[in-house]
Amino acid sequence: MLTDEIGLVGEISFYFEHRARCLSLCRSSLLGWSLGLFYSTVVRMASMFSRVLTGRNTAMIVAGLGAGSLMSSYVLTDSQVFAGEKTKLYPPSADFPDLRKHNNCMASALTPAIYGRLRDKLTPNDWSVDQCIQTGVDNPGHPFIKTVGMVAGDEESYEVFAELFDPVIKDRHNGYDPKTMKHPTDLDSSKITSGMFDEKYVLSSRVRTGRSIRGLSLPPACSRAERREVERVVVQALSGLKDDLAGKYYSLTDMTEKEQQQLIDDHFLFDKPVSPLLTCAGMARDWPDARGIWHNNEKSFLIWINEEDHTRVISMEKGGNMKRVFERFCRGLKENSSSCSVSSSVCMQVEKLIQERGWEFMWNERLGYVLTCPSNLGTGLRAGVHVRLPLLSKDSRLNKILDNLRLQKRGTGGVDTAAVGDTFDISNLDRLGKSEVELVQCVIDGVNYLIDCEKKLERGEDIIVPAPVIQFKK
Amino acid sequence: MPFGNTHNQLKMNYSAEQEYPDLTKHNNHMAKVLTPEMYANLRDKQTPSGFTLDDVIQTGVDNPGHPFIMTVGCVAGDEETYDVFKDLLDPVIEDRHGGYKPSDKHKTDLNPDNLKGGDDLDPNYVLSSRVRTGRSIRGFCLPPHCSRGERRGIESLSVEALGALGGDLKGKYYALKDMTDDEQQQLIDDHFLFDKPVSPLLLASGMARDWPDARGIWHNNNKTFLVWVNEEDHLRVISMQKGGNMKEVFNRFCTGLTKIEELFKAKGHEFMWNEHLGYVLTCPSNLGTGLRGGVHVKLPNVSKHEKFGEILKRLRLQKRGTGGVDTAAVGGVFDISNADRLGFSEVELVQMVVDGVKLLVEMEKRLEAGQSIDGLMPEQK
Repeated sequence: MLTDEIGLVGEISFYFEHRARCLSLCRSSLLGWSLGLFYSTVVRMASMFSRVLTGRNTAMIVAGLGAGSLMSSYVLTDSQVFAGEKTKLYPPSADFPDLRKHNNCMASALTPAIYGRLRDKLTPNDWSVDQCIQTGVDNPGHPFIKTVGMVAGDEESYEVFAELFDPVIKDRHNGYDPKTMKHPTDLDSSKITSGMFDEKYVLSSRVRTGRSIRGLSLPPACSRAERREVERVVVQALSGLKDDLAGKYYSLTDMTEKEQQQLIDDHFLFDKPVSPLLTCAGMARDWPDARGIWHNNEKSFLIWINEEDHTRVISMEKGGNMKRVFERFCRGLKENSSSCSVSSSVCMQVEKLIQERGWEFMWNERLGYVLTCPSNLGTGLRAGVHVRLPLLSKDSRLNKILDNLRLQKRGTGGVDTAAVGDTFDISNLDRLGKSEVELVQCVIDGVNYLIDCEKKLERGEDIIVPAPVIQFKK
Repeated sequence: MPFGNTHNQLKMNYSAEQEYPDLTKHNNHMAKVLTPEMYANLRDKQTPSGFTLDDVIQTGVDNPGHPFIMTVGCVAGDEETYDVFKDLLDPVIEDRHGGYKPSDKHKTDLNPDNLKGGDDLDPNYVLSSRVRTGRSIRGFCLPPHCSRGERRGIESLSVEALGALGGDLKGKYYALKDMTDDEQQQLIDDHFLFDKPVSPLLLASGMARDWPDARGIWHNNNKTFLVWVNEEDHLRVISMQKGGNMKEVFNRFCTGLTKIEELFKAKGHEFMWNEHLGYVLTCPSNLGTGLRGGVHVKLPNVSKHEKFGEILKRLRLQKRGTGGVDTAAVGGVFDISNADRLGFSEVELVQMVVDGVKLLVEMEKRLEAGQSIDGLMPEQK
């Protein structure tokens, strides 16, 4: 009988929970005995012989075999992350997504072989590769715009599924190789030069980034309790900010109509995501629970909580003083040792504040600051201006100039909008492989160049397309 | 998180209270029934395929509902969901299906000969007749939870079974992802094509994942019998035609369904069905018969009558616009169908539609002629 059972079981691929909770609920349990030896034999055989199962009755019977034994198979990956495994009903080839009409970084990188190796792996928080790529499967992309097509559910996603994330990161970040390269972090705003723009052209300046709280799952994966924990930790920390950074938190669930209108008028309020790129990743679940906006009284420093990332940090003001915007940004985020002393009450910063409570931001040497979308790794920084360039906007060389300066243009409504009239949102293209200071300097130098071009065109002079800016310092 | 909610163990690190959803602004069946105690008791449970309580209720948490329309707010990920989470789903079912108790038995009757009349609805008023239901294939997870492999398995089984239909049921399958532009336009013109769901009620449950993979439409050459594969349920089966011959529509419906079920059985598969819940489908609102039988009917006068709502209620009918569930009526033409799904057999429900529509048309004619309809007011069925 034992041989028959092994034979039967060996011929099918079957389903185990890595902690056998479901087994106690299984209705048909042919064998009431737990046999450690039999079980491990079965697991070995199952991995050798797998066939498509057309029904789950057999799976339930087999699952019942393990009733009573806590079967957890843990796999040590190269980076010593303890992840779980879950063998599924169908072989990976049956589950491999149809990506023939897709154009995103995930679809370019994913092969049946990679999927076969990653499908049954789990991060320590039980997040799977299918959950990472769901948004990319559901959103084939645009022939001209290449979206990323995958997200992380937790910090460990980038390790456990490195085989897929690394080529995606390389694709998106101009050849940055997480296996061999290191990302520089530099939030010393005193290094910035020429950070004051001509306000005849630059209407406003803004720097934004994101931060994730280590130990809590990211928005695609987090449970309600985790999300509320993020909110609690961050709001508590922010209440420690003082002077020009002192402010107030507005939770989306408790906001009054008046507060809501004010936040809309200030252009601070974020909406429930409607973009399928975001909703398919699961980050809009339980909206608006534990989402909110914090801003300082001067309305120049703003934090979004639990939107696309745990936190989005934004420093902004009207006019062209990018240096001051970046200085406030750095000070708000992290201690700037050249201008503040640790004990000074003027300089309590968010990172210090959460560290005092035993938390820290997700960060590592390879990837810099870890965020939900691979496109925001590294600095997660987008520094930009709203700038009027009436003559340059009509010049056919504008796109090439922007390209070479490593800048991108957007409409003034944000990422999916078109430019209105002659006013653009101009910001850095890169996020990873260059430090915050480098990127902001790049924007400053680039925008100054654009303004220079505009002035030349005003005077009837010709402009030159600049040489391309260097990619990474190797 | 749909499919492979492997993430459930993580939540056990937090207390039930910390995880409990904020339902203070919600108005759906799930929100009315769920309590912190119930949540605490059920949250560590999973069906054998790994579907959890949070998976069941996610759509209800994400969609607070409307002050006037009561949505269900929960879905099943597999057949066992209705068992494992009965503490939540039984009261939801009772509330939604007019007091249907956990001990009640549901009667299935797909014998079209038991339908009386239905072949003489006045085609001057009744523009078209239609009966639809859903079926789930036992052993597979339902649309909110199935993997791509399972969904494709469902598609290939269904296509094989439907391919064996003959006679006036002989037809062809059009996979959504392989459709040519011409085929697509034809299906749109025939009003057969279903779109990727846009309703947040459906999207939040995870049933639109991997669209359009393994989704498709099968219809017979006469274009009177139509099957949707992997939309909101494994199969949606629709029989329809112009005019008022509901009897013929129902005949074809029963014949076709029975044949399809035989073909599946021949391959070792059956539909999800049990004595208590009848046919098991994704949304609790479609349990039992899963049947919506209805007509598009011109009722410009009756619909303006102050007692229109009351009449429909007594006849156990509901009105919709001719665009379907979320639309408004255009030009006095309404979609009138049975309000019930569970606790009545298929024959009984279609009988109600046939009798009810006949009465409504009679009332319409009276009002046209300037007469009163007070004498025609029906009793509560």
